[in-house]
Amino acid sequence: MSADADVQALRRKGRIVVVGASLAGLRAAETLRDLGFTGSLTLVGDEPYEPYDRPPLSKQVLLGMEPAEDTALPRKRDIDAEWRLGVAAASLDRAAKHVRLANGDALPYDRLLITTGTKARPWFHPEEAALDGVFVLRTRDDSARLSRKLAAGPRRVLVIGAGFTGSEIASVCRERDVEVTVAERAPAPLVGALGEVVATVAARLQRDHGVDLRCGVSVTALEGDQAGRLRRAHLSDGSAIDVDVAVVSLGAIRNTEWLSGSGLAAGPRGIACDAGCRVFDVNGIVTDDIYAAGDVARSPHPLFGYQFLSLEHWGNAVEQAQIAAHNMVSAGPDRRPHLWVPMFWSVQFGVNIKSVGVPTMGDQLVIAQGALAEERFVAVYGYRGRVIAAASFDSGKWLGFYQQQIETGASFPPDYAMVDRRTDAPQPVDPAFPDPRLPTHEPTVTLTGHSPTERCVQFIAPRA
Amino acid sequence: MRLVVDLNRCQGFAQCAFLAPDVFVLHGGEALLFTSRFDEGLRDQVEQAAAACPVQAVLVDFSDEPAKGAEGHVG
Repeated sequence: MSADADVQALRRKGRIVVVGASLAGLRAAETLRDLGFTGSLTLVGDEPYEPYDRPPLSKQVLLGMEPAEDTALPRKRDIDAEWRLGVAAASLDRAAKHVRLANGDALPYDRLLITTGTKARPWFHPEEAALDGVFVLRTRDDSARLSRKLAAGPRRVLVIGAGFTGSEIASVCRERDVEVTVAERAPAPLVGALGEVVATVAARLQRDHGVDLRCGVSVTALEGDQAGRLRRAHLSDGSAIDVDVAVVSLGAIRNTEWLSGSGLAAGPRGIACDAGCRVFDVNGIVTDDIYAAGDVARSPHPLFGYQFLSLEHWGNAVEQAQIAAHNMVSAGPDRRPHLWVPMFWSVQFGVNIKSVGVPTMGDQLVIAQGALAEERFVAVYGYRGRVIAAASFDSGKWLGFYQQQIETGASFPPDYAMVDRRTDAPQPVDPAFPDPRLPTHEPTVTLTGHSPTERCVQFIAPRA
Repeated sequence: MRLVVDLNRCQGFAQCAFLAPDVFVLHGGEALLFTSRFDEGLRDQVEQAAAACPVQAVLVDFSDEPAKGAEGHVG
């Protein structure tokens, strides 16, 4: 019997297991109940905590505005779930259709949703990583420990890696009047996400706020004293810095190890799934009973050349979880694609940074509103003559407009009158991404529908 | 009571920061910071703030259903 044949029975008495009890897992569970799913629902989480919100962990919590344990997510509704918290999933048996937990229990499922997210990339040297004073920041416990350390008044903090998390940590340090050095291998902070033109502003923000920012260098070794406490860091330019705290913020690794041997297309880049969140197996055949959502998923997006996007974004976790939940208990023709336009925010050095679209695809950039020199602007990214992304510094209210431009494939550079435009005709420049390899195909696709829940794709035939 | 703000939606109108200043604060000109947990005594303020948000970015708890089943303590 095909899985679609008896969706009503599945909704009534099916067994759904969600592995990963964070933002995506929780929102998916709520959506399932909203849709009238009355079967058994089990949430598995390796941390002993109910779902909590991660963005405050590098902001409010480190600033001392609230304790890390207060970040539990609000609930949209009761979900009547069986919670298995504090125990990780260990393996998946697709033939037997059950998930094996680390304590040996087996959880049978009719539908499985994988929302295992990511973990912080650890320092490459295990002995150095174990030194007292070396931190990563991903979980509630990480944040609580780092927050206590910052409150104790360290002499100098070293932040290794100036992505968004690292830059936010440096910002908090300065706000707490803690001396901080940031070591970044690239020429500027945030350069991988926004390109060097915009990243130059991020670098200026750091230096203006008293960060000892060192770009173009990497940390080669962390040195401890005899008691195992961090005391010095060595850099690739031959210099050394005395530090008592180092925060390793070198990005994230997808939590897919537990799926090795499962036959699913899961690896370091995430779990490949189709636009409806159904997971592919290693043969490229789509499963119909296993879904993925959130940071761990990677799925093709028509607006961005059908590239498989994997997005570590709060908003993506929410949207994709809802799509996955809907599709898990819907018959084929009723299923929806995940067509969310990527967007994220960051707060650092008192500036609100927001982005919509995929800046890294940009081959050109204009400052459409405001000015780089004022640290208040909108940078619009173009890809082969159409708008592909926008990033704003303290100008977030304009991004909804640029989202529409991206969704409708508007031409680039923008040629209409703008509020707060500084030049008659902005000259496009190279956004200067460190790795500018770009895809070669470009479908013309328009997102249509009256609300996000009605989104669908409409293909526009090319003119002869 | 718990809350979360969808900061993709938030455009810094700051209505919440006026209505519930103990819970929402502007950080710089545009960025919003909030405390995720608030006292029952602030509930009216927070609900007013959520209702006043022009982009409806504030989500307040609709359920305090406990999450049973923690299998041990880490950290």
